[in-house]
Amino acid sequence: MNAMDLLEFARGPALWFSLFVLFAGSAWRVVAIVRLGKRPDLSEPRDARPFAGAMRGILQRMILRKELRSRSKLGAMQGYLYHAGLAVVVFGFLPHIAFVERLTGISWPALPGPLVYVAVALTIVSLSIVLLERLTDPVLRLISTFDDYFSWGVVFLPLVTGMAALGGWPQESAGSAPLYPVPLAIHLLSVELLLVWLPFGKLAHAFLVFGSRAVTGIAIARKGAAL
Amino acid sequence: MAAAAAPDARRATQVLAAQVDRDVAWQLEACVRCGQCAEACHFHLATNDPRLAPVRKLQPLQTAYRRERVPFPALRQSLGLAPAELTAGELAEWSELVYDSCNLCGRCTLACPMGIDIAGLVRRSREGLCAGGFAPADLYKAAQRALDTGSPTGVGWPTLKRHIEVQQEETGIPIPVDVKGAEYLVILSSIEMANFPEVIGALARIFRQAKVSWTLPSRGFEATNVGIQIGSRDVAAALLSRIVEAAERLQVTHVISPECGHAYSALRWEGPNLLGRPYPFKVIHIVELLDQLVREGRLRLRGKDGRRLAFHDPCQLVRRGGVIEEPYRLLNAVSANPVEMPSSGAANFCCGGGGGVSAIGRAEGLRFAAFECKKRQVEAAGAEALVTACANCRNVLEEAIDHDGMQLPVLGLTELLSQYLAAEPGATG
Repeated sequence: MNAMDLLEFARGPALWFSLFVLFAGSAWRVVAIVRLGKRPDLSEPRDARPFAGAMRGILQRMILRKELRSRSKLGAMQGYLYHAGLAVVVFGFLPHIAFVERLTGISWPALPGPLVYVAVALTIVSLSIVLLERLTDPVLRLISTFDDYFSWGVVFLPLVTGMAALGGWPQESAGSAPLYPVPLAIHLLSVELLLVWLPFGKLAHAFLVFGSRAVTGIAIARKGAAL
Repeated sequence: MAAAAAPDARRATQVLAAQVDRDVAWQLEACVRCGQCAEACHFHLATNDPRLAPVRKLQPLQTAYRRERVPFPALRQSLGLAPAELTAGELAEWSELVYDSCNLCGRCTLACPMGIDIAGLVRRSREGLCAGGFAPADLYKAAQRALDTGSPTGVGWPTLKRHIEVQQEETGIPIPVDVKGAEYLVILSSIEMANFPEVIGALARIFRQAKVSWTLPSRGFEATNVGIQIGSRDVAAALLSRIVEAAERLQVTHVISPECGHAYSALRWEGPNLLGRPYPFKVIHIVELLDQLVREGRLRLRGKDGRRLAFHDPCQLVRRGGVIEEPYRLLNAVSANPVEMPSSGAANFCCGGGGGVSAIGRAEGLRFAAFECKKRQVEAAGAEALVTACANCRNVLEEAIDHDGMQLPVLGLTELLSQYLAAEPGATG
């Protein structure tokens, strides 16, 4: 297999396989939960608007209560940083938009290149701090599993391979400049690894979080209790 | 009640797995092990012991779920993809985490960015540990006593009858018992009956002024539900059905949950689900009713307490129960100098004794250690006295205050309010 074959493989069968696993795996994970069912709550609710409770749960938990912030771990702030950084890199970088457009025909305006590069740098630093904290904090060390470290790796890897594919600190023209096929194929394969792993490990919180926050939001809204 | 039955890890695992429904699974699956919950837990904050991180308390429930409730459990087990079976040793170790070092106070729930109700899941975990014989012996004994005598502390009708007679004598107000067709049924927690029987006289004075039709029952008067604390639906339902039977027998329209956090949780939120049917009456907490009576102008107050009074929020009433504003309105009505503790209201620290912890002898040291968080809040507020609306909180706070050599009275909100009732023309009480 030569370099172009590898790139074609990464852009073709490997990509479609990873997308299939992503969607089928995610659907399977949700079905496995929903099939368990739940008995209706017979207590008289203070607030009988489950949808409102679910939405409150989903939105309000995006921000940590102020009373609990003072001692919050470094990771809490990093959480905002690397999620925002990843969003900028994944959805704001011109080559990524071009890639999606080629597959789906859908496109949107890209963010300025320098902003994306700063986001990449901040995300890499932020994820490194998060890993360091997981390795050194006594609570995090105790509760961490293989999933935590492996998931960290499959998120970090595409950032590194992406930088490598651009040949280091990229130029403003990135996006239109030709890339070397092997580094690009490796970058694509690292993203595909992430897509394949996402439904099965903790990265599935990308969609599971909505269910978890919603059911708690509904239960708490019924009681009129604190969210 | 399998009181202190021989520990059975298999039985515990089965019951743990049976606790997992759709909503529990959403939450167990969503955990990203961020550790935020540890920073909200007074047991962890006071001891710095990483073992006490709330999320870690869910490990037996997680294991049972992943072994027994996920799709194709047998196949997963045969392929080595399921976690190892829980052992009696592990469950005995987790008994300390699930019972001794958790008040089910729900502060961790507030902190979880994934919206996981950790306290609710610990409550479910207790069902498994209790069924398997891994709950603390003190709670099994209390549960058995409650089933046998009607009360976890063994307080029976003769004792309550004596308290009623004394309170009638002190207030000069007849206290109604077993009055059919009364509007409100008053029930009491075992700690109120044992330590604070004056609350009966306070209620009599308040209800006389507000012209509330009420009664105490001679059967089904015990509000404390040790079944909720130990984690036994059967015990909880059996104890609760006595109250429901009394309410139905006396045909009341409302049952008043007394100043007891877990009693409120048991009666108001868990009760209909434990019995499998809605109630034919409404449940109202005494604090909600008092607030309503004041706002309707049926309770007239006169004078105020001049001390710096801080309200200690009972977790099951405020954070978990949704009675958040009412106690503060009442306190402000009778206090000239109310002060607030840092993070008062929904995020306040637990007293350390909720969730049955105050009844677990082996947990006493940990409970006193956890009080450190509450103590810091009290000192920051500069409170000269604490007011609360839970007899168990009151008892636990008094013990911890005494243990720490502090000078700080702890008052019950109902009793405090009754001291500031405007005099009625012709009244003797």
